[in-house]
Amino acid sequence: MSEIAAPQASASEPDRTLIQRLRDNDLLASFLASKVTVAAGLVTLVLFLAALLAPWVAPTDPFNPATNYLSDSLDPPSFVAGGDPRFLLGTDDQGRDMLSAILYGLRVSLAIGFLSVALGAAIGVSLGLIAGYSGGWTDSAIMRIADVQLTFPAILIALLLDGVAHALLKPASRDESAFAVLVLAIGLSFWVQYARTVRASTMVEKNRDYVQAARLIGLSHARILFSHILPNVMGPVMVIATINLALAIITEATLSFLGVGLPPTEPSLGTLIRIGQNYLFSGEWWIVTFPSLTLAVLVLAVNLLGDWLRDALNPRLK
Amino acid sequence: MIAFILRRLLASIGVLIAVGLIAFAMFRYVGDPVNQMVGIETSAAERAQLTHQLGLDQPAIVQAARFLINAARLNFGVSYQFKQPVADLIAARAPATLELALVASILSLAAGVPMGVYAALRRDSALTRLFQALSLIGISLPTFLIGVLMIYLFAVTLRWLPSFGRGDVVRIGWWTTGLLTVSGLKSLIMPSITLALFQMTLIMRLVRAEMLEVLRSDYIRFARARGLSERTIHFRHALKNTLIPVITVVGLQLGSIVAFSIITETVFAWPGMGQLFLQSIQNVDIPIMAAYLLLIATLFVVINFIVDLIYVLVDPRLRVHLGRA
Amino acid sequence: MTRPLLSVRALRVEFATRRGPLVALDGVSFDIAPGEVLGVVGESGAGKSLTGLAIVGLLDPPGRIADGEIRLDGERIDNLPPARMRDIRGGRIGVIFQDPLTSLNPLMRIGDQLAETIMAHKSVGRRQARAQALAWLGEVGIPSPEKRIDGYPHEFSGGMRQRVVIALALCAEPRLVIADEPTTALDVSVQAQIIALIKNLTRRHGAAVMLITHDMGVIAETADRVAVMYAGRIVEIGAVRELVRHPLHPYTQGLMAAIPTLDIRADRLMQIPGAMPRLSAIPRGCAFAPRCPKAFERCAARPPLITVGDRGAACWLYDRAPAAADARN
Repeated sequence: MSEIAAPQASASEPDRTLIQRLRDNDLLASFLASKVTVAAGLVTLVLFLAALLAPWVAPTDPFNPATNYLSDSLDPPSFVAGGDPRFLLGTDDQGRDMLSAILYGLRVSLAIGFLSVALGAAIGVSLGLIAGYSGGWTDSAIMRIADVQLTFPAILIALLLDGVAHALLKPASRDESAFAVLVLAIGLSFWVQYARTVRASTMVEKNRDYVQAARLIGLSHARILFSHILPNVMGPVMVIATINLALAIITEATLSFLGVGLPPTEPSLGTLIRIGQNYLFSGEWWIVTFPSLTLAVLVLAVNLLGDWLRDALNPRLK
Repeated sequence: MIAFILRRLLASIGVLIAVGLIAFAMFRYVGDPVNQMVGIETSAAERAQLTHQLGLDQPAIVQAARFLINAARLNFGVSYQFKQPVADLIAARAPATLELALVASILSLAAGVPMGVYAALRRDSALTRLFQALSLIGISLPTFLIGVLMIYLFAVTLRWLPSFGRGDVVRIGWWTTGLLTVSGLKSLIMPSITLALFQMTLIMRLVRAEMLEVLRSDYIRFARARGLSERTIHFRHALKNTLIPVITVVGLQLGSIVAFSIITETVFAWPGMGQLFLQSIQNVDIPIMAAYLLLIATLFVVINFIVDLIYVLVDPRLRVHLGRA
Repeated sequence: MTRPLLSVRALRVEFATRRGPLVALDGVSFDIAPGEVLGVVGESGAGKSLTGLAIVGLLDPPGRIADGEIRLDGERIDNLPPARMRDIRGGRIGVIFQDPLTSLNPLMRIGDQLAETIMAHKSVGRRQARAQALAWLGEVGIPSPEKRIDGYPHEFSGGMRQRVVIALALCAEPRLVIADEPTTALDVSVQAQIIALIKNLTRRHGAAVMLITHDMGVIAETADRVAVMYAGRIVEIGAVRELVRHPLHPYTQGLMAAIPTLDIRADRLMQIPGAMPRLSAIPRGCAFAPRCPKAFERCAARPPLITVGDRGAACWLYDRAPAAADARN
């Protein structure tokens, strides 16, 4: 880094080391100011890493039928009487190690979360850019569709799309396509927010000088839209995306819990909780408790981070 | 004013027709209606006859129109799965859902608004901090998780409340109610709280934010400068101005409570429309899916329309004064 | 003067910030006699509005009165419990704010807002309060008050709204009215009417006025005495006529010189070089010294308000101590 040895600092500003600049940075300061936010950040980081490294960190591979023995099924956690030391958090009804299942489930949940947010953002931002830039019929059409979709809560849309997709696919391939269908359904239920915000920003930007200049030079509309206008409207998109991540995770977990998401052969946290609920009354509490705790902690942490980010980026509070 | 109402009405009808067409598209083109209704041995001739009977050989526009007209008469066809008219199935289950939704809505308002007002007026009290923590949980945790955890606590561990079903219900004409029996009421407690929690925290946060914003406004400052008592300022000036923007949000949220009931009904095995809808998705029972979609859409559109009306009635700035000096 | 109605002594208002307290008002002292109109003039940020807010105890945290005394009719009002302060606000000191549209509750009828203010301070019933409200609307010049008393604020024009605000400030018969930029948000054509209304009504009801504004013209027309504020301090105070004709403080002199007049021919408008310092960067000593054409070594120390006849100027140029005699120009 050149900050520490920066002889050409402007005359009006004394040299500042990297540490000093970090300390003065408002965003970082507000992050560190709240212990809760820092804790949330750490937890999120740990969970993300655990999910990412699951194949290497998990004690067993819960999806390999060869290593799962039904004789091991429904074993309590290792720290409780009757527990098997091999399974830290117990096993489920199929003999799968809960810890491994949770790690892999976390992985799948987060994967769907990120991918669906990316999809929703991609669709929404594109449509928003086009609507704001073109105006006229295109704009009206896109906004009409958005209005109709906005009348309903996102989860209903996701549920419906999920159902229609399953209806269109052959039953045999339903399990394998569950991942893709979920990403599609959840992503499509979220595009509207992005579209509206980006459209508003685009309508402002398209009258600015730099856009007029680009048109004069003869750049194509697509080029103008994606290389010039897009970077300037991304700010609010980031905030929406962070908030949407928690929502996407919740939606996926809910759909899986309802039985229309990921199947038990490739369970997410929601699916595990669904399985676990069946065993609540018979005493095998660990199947529902540990995935529930993981999901709760994950969503809380992401929400807290989102809260902080929203406050930090809110120009009115500055 | 009349122009405004007409415009909103037209827009609402437009949305309904759009949704209706989508429902029709699902109904007609997703899966094969004829296939669902016949066995493997049915001859081609019989299939052709059935096709004609169902009107499936008519032009698409005619089919769409018939579908919409039928829907308006509450005729949604026959369920693939249950082989019964969809309308009957839904009607049988509607009271369960509506009762649950109503209780949850009242709960969320009755708890959310006072909590929000309190949190705005007593910003630093311990109770407010408790409310804030609770609201974070309420907004973060998925509804089904809250339901499962409640079952674990109150049904499994403490054994205070039943974990599934409606309990004993009393039939009054076409309606069945669980409000008149002890077991019915006990069964209602956990589902309604679960369903209400998200809305309650949303309302609480909204009311608190709005009230704080209002308390910062110039007319509140002027009211203070006139020496009005804190109570007058809070409850005569601030509250009314706070609740108006809240009305819109609350109205819209009430609609989504019916949608979220799908989840709650699944967690608590509550025999309502939501559960029916979910089963229809799992079993690809298109008529029920289409019917549910239309009903929910109608509900939302009607609620939106009513909220718009209320907004105009309540805020004098939006009213057009006729004949006032 | 006979015992002053309002007496402010060494008022100090601070804002608590992350980097330490910020001094917004530093040692402000002045009196207002019963029934007189005191103008308070200065640039934006000089502390005029803050002074008014501090007097009625409406400082928003993190602002607070850190030092000084405020007395109304001899008794201290800066340290009163909230309930007593509420009696004083509206009942003994009325306030008029700058923007009439936002000063009125948009969802409440004008008559109701008047009636509740009257009932808060006088023990009258609802019907009497409404009758008084009606009378006040007539006094402030609202045409056909019976028809308009049940109207909402958005149904009135800007000037009408400010008249209602004036009625609200006066309806509990206060002895002092603090008017904070009462005409700044109004059309120029309406400004003169409003100022005249304030002056006439207060005179009729025997109330003194603290007229806060940045418009020197309004002061010259309306006030009896005027205080000039700069960087949270009063730099000059005195009778309007004399101050305008023979300003003492260099800042006031600069202000007067900057006003273009019709009878003097000039190619350029006079300007005081530089700008008023920000609260966080007020220089030690005299706050105006960096911009003052007559600054000298003594200005490194902050000058008190020095009495010059029946006026006051916070400038070492007027200190009769022998050490400064040589430095006078």
